[in-house]
Amino acid sequence: MRSKYIDNTVIGLSIAFVVLIFADFFMAEWVRFIGLQSLARGAVALGLLILWRSGLVSFGHALYFGFGAYAAAMMTLIGYRDAFLLVFVGTAVAGILAFLLGFLLRRYRGIFFALLNLAFSMILYGVIVKTEALGSTDGFSVLTPTFLGYAPKGEAVQTTLFLFTLAFTYIITIGAHLYLKTTLGGMSMAVRENEIRVEYLGYSAERIIHVKYVFSGLVAGFGGAIMAMAIGQVDPDSMANWTVSGEFVFITILSGIGNVAATFIGALVFDLIRTYAFEYAPQFWQFILGGSLLAIIMFLPEGIWSLVARLRRPQKAPSP
Amino acid sequence: MTLILEVSDLNKSFGAVIAAQDINVTVHEHEVIGIIGANGAGKTTFINMVTGYLKPTSGQIKFAGRSIVGLKPRDITVLGIARSFQVPQVFASETVFDNLLMVYAIVEESGLGLLAPLYNDQRAERVDAHLIRYKIADYRDANASALPQGIRKLLDIAMAAACKPTLLMLDEPTSGISIDEKFELMDVIMEALRQDKTTVLFIEHDMEIVERYVSRVLAFYQGRIICDAPVAEAMVNPDVREFVIGEEFHRTRTQNDNGAGENNA
Ligand SMILES: Nc1ncnc2c1ncn2[C@@H]1O[C@H](COP(=O)(O)OP(=O)(O)OP(=O)(O)O)[C@@H](O)[C@H]1O
Ligand SMILES: [Mg+2]
Repeated sequence: MRSKYIDNTVIGLSIAFVVLIFADFFMAEWVRFIGLQSLARGAVALGLLILWRSGLVSFGHALYFGFGAYAAAMMTLIGYRDAFLLVFVGTAVAGILAFLLGFLLRRYRGIFFALLNLAFSMILYGVIVKTEALGSTDGFSVLTPTFLGYAPKGEAVQTTLFLFTLAFTYIITIGAHLYLKTTLGGMSMAVRENEIRVEYLGYSAERIIHVKYVFSGLVAGFGGAIMAMAIGQVDPDSMANWTVSGEFVFITILSGIGNVAATFIGALVFDLIRTYAFEYAPQFWQFILGGSLLAIIMFLPEGIWSLVARLRRPQKAPSP
Repeated sequence: MTLILEVSDLNKSFGAVIAAQDINVTVHEHEVIGIIGANGAGKTTFINMVTGYLKPTSGQIKFAGRSIVGLKPRDITVLGIARSFQVPQVFASETVFDNLLMVYAIVEESGLGLLAPLYNDQRAERVDAHLIRYKIADYRDANASALPQGIRKLLDIAMAAACKPTLLMLDEPTSGISIDEKFELMDVIMEALRQDKTTVLFIEHDMEIVERYVSRVLAFYQGRIICDAPVAEAMVNPDVREFVIGEEFHRTRTQNDNGAGENNA
């Protein structure tokens, strides 16, 4: 008999994890780079998925992404460069910020929630752009990370960073998946469907939302810290601008909220579309990106994951 | 019998509208009380105040000896008062089973227990037993949004009852249900609540239902309680006949009991 914690998603993620570990040593550099970015963006989308399941969409998660990225990058300004420390700091400060802002945001729903997040992210963007010490609009470069004393050189930097990111992302994703099956995780549905009922069952809907919000802040901070190390550079336009928030929402729509694994597939598809569109049609890449989003919404309203779900459906026992 | 609810000098006004005026009520354990009164008499407002959804303008509400004025609905639920709604409040996109599974999980878990899996076989068994008691097991896998009105009402009440309250307040359990189904529905509910020894207070427009299930009646008229008496006595009370039953009689005849456009909490 299977344990209640091991299901198809856990098995699938574990297989993907092992395969990617081996693939890391054979991947072309540019493929690994896209993979790293997809893992970072996928982590942010994972947080958005959890909010989305509670009926909330944030148009401002570049706030936590950017905050995590800049916090990690600033650690290297003062001489710290260990990847574990950088990721810890980036994740923690974003989580603390989400915890604090959560007291306000948990009171809002719908468009107000979405735009209040946007407003806060624009404040961060404004602060960064105005701060000379952080390089204003140009940003600044991030020192090559070390890993608990191991200081790789050349291509080994990205290879190691990929393994490092993969391991953390794997843990976070499995954690999020298991969390969604708990009572607290399942309450997303209850909050989305009927807050009055939740209150009359003796639980605070706002507290549930707050917990989910902090989680989304933590993973966005994680994604930001990874991105800062992957690119080796932070700047406001690719870390904290509202277009970055838009990309996360884009990825979430692309992925669908059916499964945690979907967010990484969505992030990868997003990065591939963008990379290829930029390469082959530099004048039209935004057009192509927009077109693909439109196609997804029209033909796969529940995201890429609905393709997987469709494949599975015939396996169910036919109804009498 | 033990006194559980004690409401004294309760008042509530919405601007110029007085929805509750000098309400004094005591409720003892295991009582079954019917609240009657025409549309807008202040019945739902009374439940809203006792369950913490609305704050009274003035007055005192004591439950099991402690004041509950100013507490939130969730705190009051934990203390032991649950309610159902005039318009059912369910998790519409989920199945009947999943609705109750969620309810059981929230009611049963707290603290770190919230991080245990929502589903487990024992809990599923308890949910299924509950569905059978409330005679909605046939709809176990149906979506809550696709249920017939009567079943949705039952689901709403079953969700409130799953909180295992000491006092359960039902807001028009039979509204929107055809005459022939009303008794069947009330039989199911009242039998289950009797087994649980739950104290029940329910709002009802149909006097036949009131006479059949309650021992005591509270009649509301323009925010005041005009009669608080055993059911037989209340039914012959001249004020009740003039201000409640008379209007109910006309109301039934004009068939305007559609429950639409009402505040649902
Ligand atoms: N939130 C509110 N704001 C303003 N007025 C309200 C509010 N809730 C109730 N009222 C008013 O208070 C009065 C009592 O309303 P209440 O809903 O308690 O009546 P009711 O007895 O439950 O009637 P019904 O049988 O139609 O459900 C009505 O005049 C109503 O319009
Ligand atoms: Mg009412």
